[in-house]
Amino acid sequence: MTLTAQLGAVRGGTARLYLAVARGAFRRYATYRAATLAGAFTNTVFGCILAYTFLALWHARPGLGGYDTRQAVTYIWISQALLVTVAVWGGGFQDDVQDRFRTGDIAVDLYRPVDFQGWWLATDLGRAGFHLLARGAVPTLAGMVLFDTRLPADPAVWAAFLVSVLLAVVVSFGLRFLVSLTGFWLHDSEGVRAVMLVVSMFFSGMLLPLALFPGQLGRIAAELPWAALISVPTDVLLERRTGTALLTGLAFQAAWAAVLLAAGRGVQLLATRKVVVQGG
Amino acid sequence: MALIELEDVRRSFTVRTRAGRLRRVKREVRAVDGLSFTVDAGECVGYIGPNGAGKSTTIKMLTGILVPSSGRLRVAGVDPARERTRLAQRIGVVFGQRTTLWWDLPLRDSYELARRIYRIPDARHRANLDRCVELLDLGALLDTPVRQLSLGQRMRGDLAAALLHDPQVLYLDEPTIGLDVVSKAKVREFLREVNTDRGTTVLLTTHDLTDIEQLCGRVMVIDHGRVVYDGGLGGLHAAGESERTLVVDLAEPRPAIEVPGARVVRVEGPRQWLAFPAQDSAAPLLASVAARYPLVDLSVREPAIEDVIARMYAEAVIG
Amino acid sequence: MAETLTARAAWSVRSWWLVAAMWTRSIMAYRISFTLMLLANIATNSLDFVVLLLMFRHTDTLGGWTLPELAFLYGTSGLALGLANLLVGSIDALGQRIRAGTLDIVLIRPAPALAQLCAERFSLRRLGRPLQAGALLAWSLSRLDVHWTPDRLLLMPMMVCAGTVIFACVFIGGASVQFWWDEAKELQNSFTYGGATMLQYPPTVFARELVAGTVFGLPLAFVNWLPALRILDKPDPLGLPAAFQYASPLAAALCVLAAAAAWRAGLRAYRGTGS
Repeated sequence: MTLTAQLGAVRGGTARLYLAVARGAFRRYATYRAATLAGAFTNTVFGCILAYTFLALWHARPGLGGYDTRQAVTYIWISQALLVTVAVWGGGFQDDVQDRFRTGDIAVDLYRPVDFQGWWLATDLGRAGFHLLARGAVPTLAGMVLFDTRLPADPAVWAAFLVSVLLAVVVSFGLRFLVSLTGFWLHDSEGVRAVMLVVSMFFSGMLLPLALFPGQLGRIAAELPWAALISVPTDVLLERRTGTALLTGLAFQAAWAAVLLAAGRGVQLLATRKVVVQGG
Repeated sequence: MALIELEDVRRSFTVRTRAGRLRRVKREVRAVDGLSFTVDAGECVGYIGPNGAGKSTTIKMLTGILVPSSGRLRVAGVDPARERTRLAQRIGVVFGQRTTLWWDLPLRDSYELARRIYRIPDARHRANLDRCVELLDLGALLDTPVRQLSLGQRMRGDLAAALLHDPQVLYLDEPTIGLDVVSKAKVREFLREVNTDRGTTVLLTTHDLTDIEQLCGRVMVIDHGRVVYDGGLGGLHAAGESERTLVVDLAEPRPAIEVPGARVVRVEGPRQWLAFPAQDSAAPLLASVAARYPLVDLSVREPAIEDVIARMYAEAVIG
Repeated sequence: MAETLTARAAWSVRSWWLVAAMWTRSIMAYRISFTLMLLANIATNSLDFVVLLLMFRHTDTLGGWTLPELAFLYGTSGLALGLANLLVGSIDALGQRIRAGTLDIVLIRPAPALAQLCAERFSLRRLGRPLQAGALLAWSLSRLDVHWTPDRLLLMPMMVCAGTVIFACVFIGGASVQFWWDEAKELQNSFTYGGATMLQYPPTVFARELVAGTVFGLPLAFVNWLPALRILDKPDPLGLPAAFQYASPLAAALCVLAAAAAWRAGLRAYRGTGS
């Protein structure tokens, strides 16, 4: 099935199905209350530590990278709020897929009437929705209380931010989906996942804003798909991207989302062919 | 000599259940409620009861994993709660659904670890291992990683691992669960050997009546944390008023036949089902049927353990 | 009494060793995966330092400390956490074991439960962090102009040992909480990994209350901050007496007592009120 045909099908009656799948995933994650609370606490602790290091850096170099000190501190808290939501570390549906590889159910999954990629995308969006609320809100509030942060008052900025986060999750899904599919060819995709984690943490801007990367490295990093995960959404919320810059930022995310989903689709076809030939 | 002694042992848990969105209710559950019994050296005892009756809580207390809330408990001369590691040297434990073997390593390596952890002298370890390997037919499996073993093979491997240090008591929690008929038979044969030849005391929980029939001279039934029956299997049938069934195929269809000491419970063409008390012998009944009616075929069916126990509970409630 | 105590300690170490050796053999069944994961582990741990390097492209000092001085903190913090993680880190999966019922299998063996659990899933791939941190510590020492005196020379090994013990105690203390709350693992991460991240930066960067918390609360300051002040001859932002800079072994000993008490209480609760 081609991508356009797939989209057509989704636009039809199946949209409701995917919505139900997403809602199911949201609820499933909502049942892990204690773990969510502990996780949000961890985000807060790391947020505090990193915020102090940024304060020290901006104390030495005010206005570094075009961020004022408040923006720099806010950057830390937004990135902590987004860390699990956009799954910079990997995880989410990847763990479920890995389980299905272990049990061998994965071969069957490819032949379900529901589209394989669409199904997992729906679950991941449901998960992200929950994580944005639960693991995003706590660190954001903690940051506001403990530090001098700068969040926008304009609801339009928040709306743009939400769109940007949605696109970030889709890009992240696209990347993680490709990693998971390597399981069809490799004995286990754990090694690939580990490499991806390093790349993703670094190039997303999770550890340091991309604007602080030196010259050529910074320019390249800004064009890579990982920039869509943290760098673009935080810049939207910090109002560093407004007007045309906002639109190009969202377009950048959407373009990577489309490319990665299409690539995932292609690899999925190859995987299906491989399963047919080898019988799973 | 009593090897296992329990005197008014109690064990309760606090269970928190969700009531409403945030409120939680604490509730005390008595898993074991005044348990007293002794098991002598060399006995083989079946410990049965419905799920949640307190079987595994008892086993966990007897192995020193759990500490009783009150009461006195002794195993092989040791207080399990106080001297867990000393007790460990004297007992062997096999959990039917949790292996103690090392998943990615050859079976042999797990036995080697047991030798070191249990500090078994070399010569004794070799002798015990050779014996287990022979009796359990493990020779070809010793160099196979445990993950590649079938469930039955793994259970045999676990049994050997639990016996290398010559324990005085062997606890088995559902040792035949999930096994095929051949594996079950092998496991039972081995356990009989261990119990009779080595004199190891065996306490086993099971849902399979055949395990008990073939291995245990004594059955204890536990329910709601109390012993509701303690005695032979035959007596259990009497206590539960359980019945065996004689199924006869007559030469031709007849209305329900009449035989003293039994009653017909079902008729289907030439086949008739006769219920009789489980502790009675089937032979005289059979003789009197054969004397009056021409027989084509016959079989005797044992009562299901659940039915026996269920009937006993019904009695207990009434009594 | 002393004799039995030594015998028990020796038996604990031996049990740890036996179980760790089994896991090492298990993992070597997947040799390629092991090598990849070791490399990935080193790379992941190096990220933090790459970030430091990038920060120092924009400034010469952070909180008044130079890059080699920060590398000293980074190396000592990573070394202590890495060694503790190698030796006892697996204990953090305790909650999972309780849920799966496999803790009972450990309890029926005639060996100390804590030693067995610390060695559980032991993996040499965890050597990644101490190796990388050790290398950076060596680099920082080559760049720093330390005025070596006998007390400073002595402080170096003392700091690494005490730091390892302190982090090991945080691991064990945190795991003990899982006897009551089996999902406390992540909470523990914020103290171990979060703490180690904090110690990579100079104390001058953080609020005084936070630094005071690491001296008088969870004593992470003794892992490297306080001895480093003495070795690198830096001013103490809290102005504590100099004795604190030598007190790491004492802090480690107190941690051992606290962690042992927590573990015993936890195990008692499990055996007393388990599920």
